[in-house]
Amino acid sequence: MAVLSDIRIDTVAPLPARASRGYWGSVLRRLMRDPVAMVAAGVILAIVLAAAFAPFVAPGDPYKGAMLRRLKPIGDAFYWLGSDELGRDMLTRLIYGGRLSLFMGVLPVACAFVIGSTLGVFAGYVGGWVNMVVMRVIDVFYAFPSVLLAIALSGALGAGITNAVVSLTIVFIPPITRVAESVTTQIRTRDYVEAARVSGAGAFTIIRVHVLGNVLGPIFVYATSLISVSMILASGLSFLGLGSKPPEPEWGLMLNTLRTAIYVQPAVAALPGAMIFITSISFNLLSDGLRSAMAVRA
Amino acid sequence: MSAILEASGAAPERDRGGPAQPLLSVTGLVKHFGGRRDWSGKRRGMVRAVDGVDLEIFKGETLGIVGESGCGKSTTARLVMQIIRPDRGEILFDGEAVGSPALGLQDYRRETQMVFQDSYASLNPRLTVEHTIAFGPWVHGEGRRAAVARAHDLLARVGLAPERFAARYPHELSGGQRQRVNIARALALQPRLLILDEAVSALDKSVEAQVLNLLLDLKAEFGLTYMFISHDLNVVRFMSDRVMVMYLGKAVEVGPSDVILKDPRHPYTTALLASMPSMDPDNRTEEAPLFGDPPNPIDPPPGCRFHTRCKFAAPVCSAREPGLGADLGDDLVHRVACHMADPSSGHPGAVAAMERP
Amino acid sequence: MLLYTLKRLLYVTPVAIGVSIVCFLLIHITPGDPLSAILPSDAPLELQMQMRAAYGFDKPLWVQYALWFWKVLHGDLGTSIATGRPVAAEVLRAVGNTLILATVATLIGFTLGTFFGFVAGYFRDSWLDKLASFVSVLGVSVPHYWLGMVLVIIFSANLNWLPPTGAGPDGSANWRPDAEHLRYIILPALTMSVIPMGVIARTVRALVADILDQEFVQALRAKGLGEYGVFRHVVTNAAPTALAVMGLQLGYLLGGSILIETVFSWPGTGFLLNAAIFQRDLPLLQGTILVLAMFFVALNLAVDVVQTALDPRIERA
Repeated sequence: MAVLSDIRIDTVAPLPARASRGYWGSVLRRLMRDPVAMVAAGVILAIVLAAAFAPFVAPGDPYKGAMLRRLKPIGDAFYWLGSDELGRDMLTRLIYGGRLSLFMGVLPVACAFVIGSTLGVFAGYVGGWVNMVVMRVIDVFYAFPSVLLAIALSGALGAGITNAVVSLTIVFIPPITRVAESVTTQIRTRDYVEAARVSGAGAFTIIRVHVLGNVLGPIFVYATSLISVSMILASGLSFLGLGSKPPEPEWGLMLNTLRTAIYVQPAVAALPGAMIFITSISFNLLSDGLRSAMAVRA
Repeated sequence: MSAILEASGAAPERDRGGPAQPLLSVTGLVKHFGGRRDWSGKRRGMVRAVDGVDLEIFKGETLGIVGESGCGKSTTARLVMQIIRPDRGEILFDGEAVGSPALGLQDYRRETQMVFQDSYASLNPRLTVEHTIAFGPWVHGEGRRAAVARAHDLLARVGLAPERFAARYPHELSGGQRQRVNIARALALQPRLLILDEAVSALDKSVEAQVLNLLLDLKAEFGLTYMFISHDLNVVRFMSDRVMVMYLGKAVEVGPSDVILKDPRHPYTTALLASMPSMDPDNRTEEAPLFGDPPNPIDPPPGCRFHTRCKFAAPVCSAREPGLGADLGDDLVHRVACHMADPSSGHPGAVAAMERP
Repeated sequence: MLLYTLKRLLYVTPVAIGVSIVCFLLIHITPGDPLSAILPSDAPLELQMQMRAAYGFDKPLWVQYALWFWKVLHGDLGTSIATGRPVAAEVLRAVGNTLILATVATLIGFTLGTFFGFVAGYFRDSWLDKLASFVSVLGVSVPHYWLGMVLVIIFSANLNWLPPTGAGPDGSANWRPDAEHLRYIILPALTMSVIPMGVIARTVRALVADILDQEFVQALRAKGLGEYGVFRHVVTNAAPTALAVMGLQLGYLLGGSILIETVFSWPGTGFLLNAAIFQRDLPLLQGTILVLAMFFVALNLAVDVVQTALDPRIERA
């Protein structure tokens, strides 16, 4: 049998001799070239920073009100964005409000991401009847419209920030679990996972080395798209009186208490909702950009 | 470093059965997929992907397995590799049953490895090339540094300079380069048997030639044994010592590759060879060598599975299934599953066929 | 087809039972004595004992569930603490209003959404696409209760064209499709339509872009089919999924109407839920949620069956 070793193996198309970028590196690069996503990221960053450094950024005290100076309009010399129904400075309340609103919006999604991914990857990798049982239980919660479930749980547990976060986490676990299970099931049948199994690796090793790296990305992007929904729901719960309680500054709650003021100072009354809107749309645009950056795969 | 890998496959202490013992001996391999159970508990309507296959691979040879899509060759590979569990059948590796106390699954995995068809899907897009190759040895207890060093050495062996390729990701490689990585990965555990499941089918022809030559080099260097699966008869002819032809989940002809591919005895093999278009314009294919549609693997025809498309079909062909018959050849074993090759079958063409040289 | 429907029904039944279990457990996750959840605290002692026996609070949990479930099957959803009337009656009355509002909102959302989605998908990557896509992102990102407030500010407080709250003149309890009531539904329906519009626009855009990308469209064009013909092909291919999404959105609106109904004081199930929460009227809360959730499950099933009937590619086993 002829054994030819002289056809020199190709080292064609030499790449520049620098370390190859990993997957996330290329995603980040692509994301940075997307103007819309970058603007959205900037807005979010601004809001987060303002909320984090609220005591240094805000002009006044969010709790101190003066009944004589209530419901001043926007552009007032003293209150740049007006004052609310108890005479508190709107600008200050909005900045401080970012803390609670962001917290109540992001934390449930973060918790649901951890819990849902674990459940979903486990169910997806193991397969079989374990998968079926887990997914059916998830289906039961999926059978509720999210707003209804959030309200049901919050209504039953009672008002309060902790209860609201708990109920929202439960609301977001099913969709994340579903996505996690679906992606894991797809990856599980890929050849490289089979090759890893053929190499004699155990299940945990395979999940850790081969599955997680490929699965967490899509789940994460999906989770980011849920943040805007979570913020709207969290504020909605506060709007109904099921979330934060007065006198805490929180955008949804502020919208509630200012409702009666729409005939007197409509612009001021609408401000908290505008903040929710801006934050929510920024998260959505960023999430969309992230998804596009990830979708262009070789 | 290279000394570790030199001639490890032919090391005498790993060869337990001796030169006469086939490296791989498979009997009665059966795998059915799907189907439902009817009222009596029997399964019906399943896909009989592999329906009773025997094969042997001798040490140091390359057994080619050919057949059309759906004939069960990939399933056979996966069954041998124990990626799928067989419904029935016995697999002996160097004389020891796989899964027995003498040869556990984990040990078997060090002896047999596989190279898949889709070079891109078989590589984790998130791992660098060196980590992909080092994964196997690392799992089996080798330290990270040593495993990566071994990976680098293997990369050099398959023709990819480690300083340029080790830190690359799969999407930064061409198809041929990826397949080399797959081969390096398969060799990382120092197997004795390498199963190549359509390993070159997706490559451009020129690249395919390079990879095939690489495979031959590696086989000589490491003393490997190959099971080479392909639908491309030319490639099989180039690579294999012996060939097994499969049809609808069964082996229909086994024998030395030059004998089978020049002078086939089974009508299906003849038809396969005839369907290869010739480069000679005077030698056009006038008639389609095969007629009829490929039958359903769920409900194979009774008797000989090929009889519905066979020019020489006789009544006995639909009545009884021919087994892989007795040895016809002189040197290496040549067996055919056809009534025509069996003088006692009652096929009208049997005696005439036996009188062929 | 019938077989498929039956199979789906069988598949959905355990989910429906699970839903009922969750609804049942709602009372039991509230802090405090479950009895205080269903009776006002100043109820006479004999009534308390009676209720305790009837609901079986001293019995194991699954027995309580069975008792409750049995009652539900007979149409008894308990009695509202606040009004003293049977929950079932209250819910039935309110459901009609919500259904009307949700249906109108979904239709508006579907029409606008398909329009934007089509434009975006057909003229992909052009400025039209970016504009239409932006509008749909807006739809999905806006807090609709805030939008309702803004619309009320503009159209009621400032321009005084439309009434700010209620379903009819003099706070009528039910909406009827007549001249007087028409003005009352405009703002709430418009507000509510924004979310389905956003979702449907995005879905349709993706569908249309996907279909146009497929090779059979190029083949059709190569064969000389005019734009209108291609358009029709796109529509027939996109329709099943788009309609399915619309159906699901209707379900979400039914279940999620509470926020809008609170803003507009619309006398529907959402408004009922709001009242139930504030008055800690747990039987009302539980009963309303059960009805709404079951509606949603039934709707999902219907959408599933209809979509399968319309789409020849899905296997009916």
